[in-house]
Amino acid sequence: MASLLRNSGKITTTAGLIARPGFQGGRGFGLSSFSLFFSSPRRFQTTESESRVDSHCYDDEISQKFSVLGGKVPYTSGMRFTSELPEEKVPCYRVLDNNGQLIDSRNFAGISKEIAMKMYTDMVKLNTMDTIFYEAQRQGRISFYVTTTGEEAINIASAAALKIDDFIVPQYREPGILLWRGFTPQDFANQCFSNKFDDGKGRQMPVHYGSKKLNYFTVASTIASQLPHAVGAAYSLKMDGKDACVVGYFGDGGSSEGDFHAALNFAAVLEAPVIFLCRNNGWAISTPASDQFRSDGVVVKGQAYGVRSIRVDGNDALAMYSAVRSAREMAITEQKPILIEAVTYRVGHHTTSDDSTRYRPLEEIEWWQMARNPLTLYRKWLESNGWWNDEAEAELRSNSRKELLKAIQVAEKIEKPPVGDMFTDVYDAVPSNLFEQEKLLQQTVTRYPQDYPSDVPVRAVPSS
Amino acid sequence: MFRILTQRVLGQSLLQQGIRPGAVASASRCFASAAKDLTVREALNSALNEEMSADPRVLLMGEEVGEYQGAYKITKGLLDKYGPDRVLDTPITEAGFTGIAVGAAYHGLRPVVEFMTFNFAMQAIDHIINSAAKTYYMSAGQISVPIVFRGPNGAAAGVGAQHSQCYASWYASCPGLKVLAPYSSEDARGLLKAAIRDPDPVVFLENELLYGEAFPVSAEVLDSNFALPIGKAKIEREGKDVTITAFSKMVGFALKAAEILDKEGISAEVINLRSIRPLDRAAINASVRKTNRLVTVEEGFPQHGVGAEICTSVVEESFGYLDAPVERIAGADVPMPYAANLERLALPQVEDIVRAAKRACYRSVPMAAAV
Repeated sequence: MASLLRNSGKITTTAGLIARPGFQGGRGFGLSSFSLFFSSPRRFQTTESESRVDSHCYDDEISQKFSVLGGKVPYTSGMRFTSELPEEKVPCYRVLDNNGQLIDSRNFAGISKEIAMKMYTDMVKLNTMDTIFYEAQRQGRISFYVTTTGEEAINIASAAALKIDDFIVPQYREPGILLWRGFTPQDFANQCFSNKFDDGKGRQMPVHYGSKKLNYFTVASTIASQLPHAVGAAYSLKMDGKDACVVGYFGDGGSSEGDFHAALNFAAVLEAPVIFLCRNNGWAISTPASDQFRSDGVVVKGQAYGVRSIRVDGNDALAMYSAVRSAREMAITEQKPILIEAVTYRVGHHTTSDDSTRYRPLEEIEWWQMARNPLTLYRKWLESNGWWNDEAEAELRSNSRKELLKAIQVAEKIEKPPVGDMFTDVYDAVPSNLFEQEKLLQQTVTRYPQDYPSDVPVRAVPSS
Repeated sequence: MFRILTQRVLGQSLLQQGIRPGAVASASRCFASAAKDLTVREALNSALNEEMSADPRVLLMGEEVGEYQGAYKITKGLLDKYGPDRVLDTPITEAGFTGIAVGAAYHGLRPVVEFMTFNFAMQAIDHIINSAAKTYYMSAGQISVPIVFRGPNGAAAGVGAQHSQCYASWYASCPGLKVLAPYSSEDARGLLKAAIRDPDPVVFLENELLYGEAFPVSAEVLDSNFALPIGKAKIEREGKDVTITAFSKMVGFALKAAEILDKEGISAEVINLRSIRPLDRAAINASVRKTNRLVTVEEGFPQHGVGAEICTSVVEESFGYLDAPVERIAGADVPMPYAANLERLALPQVEDIVRAAKRACYRSVPMAAAV
């Protein structure tokens, strides 16, 4: 089986929630040594972690005044290069074993049945929506679609762990959060079909959803640009003193963008209540993670910027739920950023414009679909609690499918947005030149209908 | 006598009035009976101070804006007065802090982002255009971006190619942005206040060499309610023979050129554009319909520049009124050289404007015998 992290070896899993601490404290760094690593970096010469400091260097005036690094830095006469990779990869937190059983029930805080059930039903709805909308694109009914297949647990469990006041700044593979918060199949379909009921007024390609009401910032196509936005929004929340945080989602590919680095760096400096949630799904279109970075994934970058971080099994809904809940609490009570690397696999193609079998083996895709499938795994846990069964499954799947098919059928028939909508929202108030242009366009379309598609709603404009 | 708009300027009521040729709503003459002299630097500083005082959502971000009092001292004293929560010294990442400011604006704050020069803003241009300018539209009106990007633009003195470019035409071509270019202290105060109050993203192009220049201002300009409307040019000097349009530092040059032309019997009308987007096409066309001749002046590169847009606007709307081809004065089509003599040759000088005006008046002087 092709390893997801191709650098070397496998990542170990851990059943306990272990966060890698960043530097503690505010402006000044109060660390007296660098030995707070959980997996100590390889050194040129191995030394004892306690006794390796040449303590007489601490107290002289020069060392005290040397405050560029924010406090005491131990000196050493042995030349040591920190290894490019830690001896052990950062362990990956997971709660459910392959049979959907709790690995260690002491380390799992628990979840209410209501939320647990909604998590599963929403994961299934998301999965079904992806199947149906993908088919719709293949049939030529919508122009474009992006599936979230394989990442349902990340989407739904993270949404479940947050509250409605938490501001979501997505990349484009997180419609599940909208689904959790109340976006209906019809809402999704209306946007994909760009009809007049689209909240986005037909301005954007499919899957570029947004909802001010649900605190879900409109999807933009630019990669990772949303990460500094998330920090800015978190800063605004901080100034408001609200009991809420911002969650910025991105992929492994997005972590290469300059915006990612600026965002993490800044969030730490500004002490902003923001969670950076990386969906490391192994692929950025056709670029595997091994060509994206040479670090141990994205989680290690957190400490580089002074950001507390954790690696989680993204296909384990309970682990995701648990980690995001803790992260949220830390971000808000301590007013600092948290980085979560959710390790998963992009089962579907990058988008409908991609055929991923061209650059990865089919066996690899199939393996991930079977092993640690987020829905199957979680379902096993629900069934072991007596909360789910085959009948319920069949009914849910059937109902979801019907609902989504209907949503598409309805959306397809609804009128497109009026021509006037093309000219609004460029500025707060419509400027005179756009006012004139709209009038002219309306008149032209009315006068020469044969030159325009028949489903363009126009308004009658007196030809003055 | 001379009236100016002193009420809180929202922008929309003026713009929705449409183009009314001949009626330039708030063009006002120089306040000759001035209360005091104010440098552009003081004008900008006082505008920032007053707007921050009036609205707790306004915050400043940029490199060196706090402890250092601003790379050009524009933000002097503001950190002390408003504290580090509202005056943020940022790490060196234009892309980063611009993105953060845009995100803060999405969430309801009103950031004023300072770029040490707009050359450095190129690192942030994705956030200025793709995030700030387009988001209101792309979100179908759900997310507004009340942000101001300000800083020195164009050539300074001896700073070379990567510190001297003029970005007026780049930003002015983007729908969703408003682009302002003040000249005098009155412009600086009035336009910056209007920009901060405006719900749309505004690119505010200052000029480093003008920061220290003092202009007489009246008591109305110094009032904390003062603001200038966005989208309205100012007739700096009335004339009847030729229209000269300019913005920023070139307004000063155009005024000097007009003095020289006056002695030779040519009465030039100098228009201070103030607003590059929206461009005050009404004022420009009204002027050209009066004078029948046009010279556009800018420091930036000629191709696809501001002058090109003004020329097209006049050709589209007032072609029959032109008695001569439109003359375009711009910077040389080369990256800015450093050596002082070369830099001078790469930028428009007063004599270039005088010669262009004479050519437009068919009083052209052969190159060899240039003044």
